[in-house]
Amino acid sequence: MPNILVFAETRGGALRKVAFETVSAARALVDANGGGQVHALCTVPSGAAGLAEQLGKHGADVVLTAENPGFANYAREAVAATVAARAKSGGYRVVLVSFSAQGRDLAPRIAAKLDAPVAADVTEIRIAGDSVVVKHPVYANKVIATLQLDGPLVVLSTRPGAFPVAESPRSATVESIAPASDPGAEKVVVKEMQEGGKGKIDLGEAPVIIAGGRGLKAPENFKLVEDLASAFGNAAVGATRAVTDEGWRPHSDQIGQTGRQVSPQLYVAVGISGAIQHLAGMRSSKTIVAINKDKEAPIFKVADYGIVGDVLEVVPALTQAVREAKASG
Amino acid sequence: MKIAVCLKRTPDSESRFRIAGNRAAIDETGLKFDIDDFASYAVEVALQINEKQGPGETVAFAVGPDSVQETLRKAMSMGVDRAVQLKTDASTYDGLAIAKALAAELKAGGFDLILFGKHAFDTSGGIVGTATAELLGVACVTAASKLEIANGKGTARRELEGVAEIVDFSLPAVVTIDEGIARPRYPSLKGIMAAKKKPLETKPAQLGQARVTVKGMELPPDRPPGRIIGEGVAAVPELVRLLRSEAKVI
Repeated sequence: MPNILVFAETRGGALRKVAFETVSAARALVDANGGGQVHALCTVPSGAAGLAEQLGKHGADVVLTAENPGFANYAREAVAATVAARAKSGGYRVVLVSFSAQGRDLAPRIAAKLDAPVAADVTEIRIAGDSVVVKHPVYANKVIATLQLDGPLVVLSTRPGAFPVAESPRSATVESIAPASDPGAEKVVVKEMQEGGKGKIDLGEAPVIIAGGRGLKAPENFKLVEDLASAFGNAAVGATRAVTDEGWRPHSDQIGQTGRQVSPQLYVAVGISGAIQHLAGMRSSKTIVAINKDKEAPIFKVADYGIVGDVLEVVPALTQAVREAKASG
Repeated sequence: MKIAVCLKRTPDSESRFRIAGNRAAIDETGLKFDIDDFASYAVEVALQINEKQGPGETVAFAVGPDSVQETLRKAMSMGVDRAVQLKTDASTYDGLAIAKALAAELKAGGFDLILFGKHAFDTSGGIVGTATAELLGVACVTAASKLEIANGKGTARRELEGVAEIVDFSLPAVVTIDEGIARPRYPSLKGIMAAKKKPLETKPAQLGQARVTVKGMELPPDRPPGRIIGEGVAAVPELVRLLRSEAKVI
């Protein structure tokens, strides 16, 4: 098949996990369709050459680097213009972007510039003759749609976590390209980036998520959730909408239909009843643990392992037990 | 300011969904429809900006069959001044086609600000707002969780994964609205009465040939039924054992 152009997302000059997911997804797609090249495009302020080895390891044949100090933050217009200009140069069947916060902003811009059909948040991709067929969860994950895109070039964004990071090592050719517009002359200018906290693992990337609900009874009891997260070490803390609406936790921590949709290896629901709107954000997690005092709570219908009990007692005991289990290896 | 708000009509998100007989749509029987949640935040934001900044006009737009008129009336009952339906036979998943219809209508409208929800509950793609901005060639800020407009300029906050981005932008602009920005008001009785007399214009929308089509819809596979392993602190050792030996996450 013809080649795939991947936008390999970076933050602070470093590749993000979603970049490896999209490159891996592109590699798998061309390999399943008679071969072709994966071209990974990055826009960075400097140091682009250092990224080629990592992208090659995951299956990129060519790494296209656009370097400009204006790419220190997300220069949305210049990034979209640069990806679109490259896509237009020919030989591509699919432009692949992650459905991350940045990618969901980017993909429609690229599609509009190319006048190409676009589908967002896809979980499967298949080439079927002259069409590209994708699966896309809709109605907050309650329904899966199969969409057909017709056009010689299509733009897709992939759901974070839906495509595994895989290795397919090769030595990628590096090609430097010029930004298609000046990233220093944008209509939208980043004034400030506010960090969410040092060393905090993002909900979308964390293999383990500990989420708290109203069953914690008071905002200060979120300490128990944080303690359990730190016992796991690789965990992020999430919350239900009830809790973020109360202001116990920031809105950015909300998991659910209107918040983040996550699918970690392990999801621990602490004092969460399991309203449909919450389940929509986490039901695709690999393993679900629920701790709740009400044995009739709907969360127990989806929990692989449920404990009926007072979270204020069970969670500290679990934290202790996880610490000991980790320490004993 | 002259503000456009583009709306979508979507079913109540708490609904249980069934697949229609053709296996390519949901069964709409018994579903309640309303303004999509994110679009309702956009309406509230538009109304607040014009209330704060003095005289202005807020116009609601929706692309779709005649059922969207009810949604547009709802927006007018909240305080939107007038509404425009861009009429189509059915809804579509071709976001770029919808954006083209909207951009063609909005182009000559002289709007300072065009608001959308960050995405709609049903198609969940977040394509239309951004693509519309791109077609209009105006500034576009997506998923704003805070928005301030002053002196012909805007500032917005966007929640990214783990960080927040604060951006400045020029007007005219398209901004798509995230949750947490404002609580949408309930229409007052007076508002509901007034909305009946507000102008609702219907024009044909040119969607062209759809290049993104629905081939099928299915319900996701069920998770295996849940299992309660025990009660209270006494169940913790068993949980840790299962997490280690069965789930292999410790």
